[in-house]
Amino acid sequence: MFGYVLRRILYMIPTLVLISVVSFIIIQLPPGDFLTSYIAQLSQTGETVDEATIAALKHRYGLDQPYYVQFFMWIWGMFHGDFGQSFEWNRPVSQLIWERLGLTVAVSTFTLILTWIISFPIGMYSATHQYSAGDYSFTFLGYIGLATPNFMIALILMWIAYSVFGASVGGLFSPQYVEAPWSWAKFVDMLGHLWIPAIVIGMGGTAGLIRTLRANLLDELHKPYVITARAKGVPERRLLWRYPLRVAIIPFISTVGWSLPGIISGETIVAVVLSLPTTGPLLLRALQSQDMYLAGSFIMLLSFLTVLGTLISDILLGWVDPRIRYE
Amino acid sequence: MADEELVEQEKLETTVEEKIYLASQWQLIWWRFRRHKLAIISGIILIIIYLFAIFCEFLSPYDPNKYDIRYTYAPPQKIHIFRDGKLVRPFVYGYKIELDQQTLRRIYKPDPNQVYPIYLFVKGDPYKLWGKWEKDTHFIGVKEGTVFLLGTDRMGRDMFSRILYGARISTSIGLIGVFLSFVLGLIIGGFSGYYGGIFDNFVQRVIEFIRSIPTIPLWMALSAALPPHWPPVRIYFGITIILSLIGWTGLARVVRSRFLSLREEDFVMAARLVGASEWRIIMRHMVPSFMSYIIANITLSIPGMILGETSLSFLGLGLRPPTISWGVLLQEAQNVRTVALSPWLLLPGVFVIITVLCFNFLGDGLRDAADPYAR
Repeated sequence: MFGYVLRRILYMIPTLVLISVVSFIIIQLPPGDFLTSYIAQLSQTGETVDEATIAALKHRYGLDQPYYVQFFMWIWGMFHGDFGQSFEWNRPVSQLIWERLGLTVAVSTFTLILTWIISFPIGMYSATHQYSAGDYSFTFLGYIGLATPNFMIALILMWIAYSVFGASVGGLFSPQYVEAPWSWAKFVDMLGHLWIPAIVIGMGGTAGLIRTLRANLLDELHKPYVITARAKGVPERRLLWRYPLRVAIIPFISTVGWSLPGIISGETIVAVVLSLPTTGPLLLRALQSQDMYLAGSFIMLLSFLTVLGTLISDILLGWVDPRIRYE
Repeated sequence: MADEELVEQEKLETTVEEKIYLASQWQLIWWRFRRHKLAIISGIILIIIYLFAIFCEFLSPYDPNKYDIRYTYAPPQKIHIFRDGKLVRPFVYGYKIELDQQTLRRIYKPDPNQVYPIYLFVKGDPYKLWGKWEKDTHFIGVKEGTVFLLGTDRMGRDMFSRILYGARISTSIGLIGVFLSFVLGLIIGGFSGYYGGIFDNFVQRVIEFIRSIPTIPLWMALSAALPPHWPPVRIYFGITIILSLIGWTGLARVVRSRFLSLREEDFVMAARLVGASEWRIIMRHMVPSFMSYIIANITLSIPGMILGETSLSFLGLGLRPPTISWGVLLQEAQNVRTVALSPWLLLPGVFVIITVLCFNFLGDGLRDAADPYAR
């Protein structure tokens, strides 16, 4: 087990390096560096541009040096908690991202758990009651869930809430808690708001999981060992839980890995529609105003989180299914 | 008597069996595919949607950019076929417009006194069919009054016409994007599956890497980097390339696994022993035998492209007005209050859902039919 975990962690390193390279390229993509846009913005508002400040900034981010030097300076800075400067907010990026990133993790984790809780019983039901009315309606709903863009579901939900209940469903906190420091009451309030974005984001993933579990369980249910057990008089419920389900659940766990990028993707766009205080809206604003250090840091950290989540699911999988460890 | 019937029966069975043995692979696939009613229906709906997209200039009653401030946020006009209990030529009622004194919003009500019959092949706004032939005949339209079958937007533009024009961009971006991913996937996946070794290992790592990063933030970043002063056509191709930069990985995986399993087949070995060139082995023997899989997979990856474009344009990072796509149209529906008052602004989304659903059903049917020898 230890060797397996170590190998997985080692596999992660090239991925992380690649992610940082891609993020750096994204930062460099817009024409001109962030300093040029910063100066342009300053002169637009009529402020005088201080030559000394510019020179200092230029030196700090190595903008007068070749790309690879800039890249290593950027990486080096990150190890010291310096993610660069957001010129739009005129604050260090590191001050802006952590709380939002934390909330993104909270929303994504909650979504992941919710997709599991919803899809597990439904997938089981669909497999054990194949071709029943319930199976057909869940399959149909699943297809709709897969085909509808996340933001459409969010819009429709907001529309219904607005026109039927006259309430807004956006945001993660009640108004009195938005600016309040973290407390138990604020946490409970967040949990109350969390389920709507979680359902919206998890819709597509849930549909996929239901289909996976249904297909796997159906494969298992017709195998001879199940028939043997049934012939020996094992009660149906115990039979299902003890044997086929344990085999069918393995792909279920491995899907955590690939459903995580989807959830983070969905979170980004749903957060914009539902105006959640997570990374999505800030990333969008940063990209629109070409605030590239902020955008690049977000993309890099989101990707890091996804890779980390995949690692956890891999380790979980190795723990559940011994065959994986010796592959 | 009974004997004769039996002989007759046997004869029938042998001909059916012979038919199966004699049929080509594509015929077998078609026979299997035909049994999927849902896939057939989806295919027909998709053909209709693409016909809409191809002939959108002719089929739309109005110029999609023609605005009319007298009819902002007008609701859809219903088509009636009965008047005074008699069946007549289909017609719509005109609007009776009142002003809400409190919200200062216009309230539209159908006015039974204004009857506008709908005609076929009506002269209307001039357009250029496929950007070439100047025409002004529209498939449907009214000679006086208005016909807004799906309502209008904030500038009084006809939603039906705009959705038809949007279909052209949104559905074609899926096709072109998938074509690009297919070319990339076939080349990269083919090489890595056929030759294996270090290159294969490298490609596998790259694919794993691309799949492990969340797509929407990456797409957002890349499309935000497209220069805003580019002409619409170039933005369109830029977005397509960005979408397929990630989309090729899925196809490459399928191609690779097919190559890996086919490489060991006897007929490939036989071809090699006879001295066929590698190019000939690949193009003549291997590709045709997994083409059906590839087609099924291509069909299943088009929806991702369409959804990607819609999401990006909705956020304002993809295509931008005056280009008309379903995502661009949905930008109008970003405000909940606007949606609550004029829900027909969400209709482009309904078209997205229908298209994606149909591609999924069609792809599922094709995938089941792709291997006619499977039991």
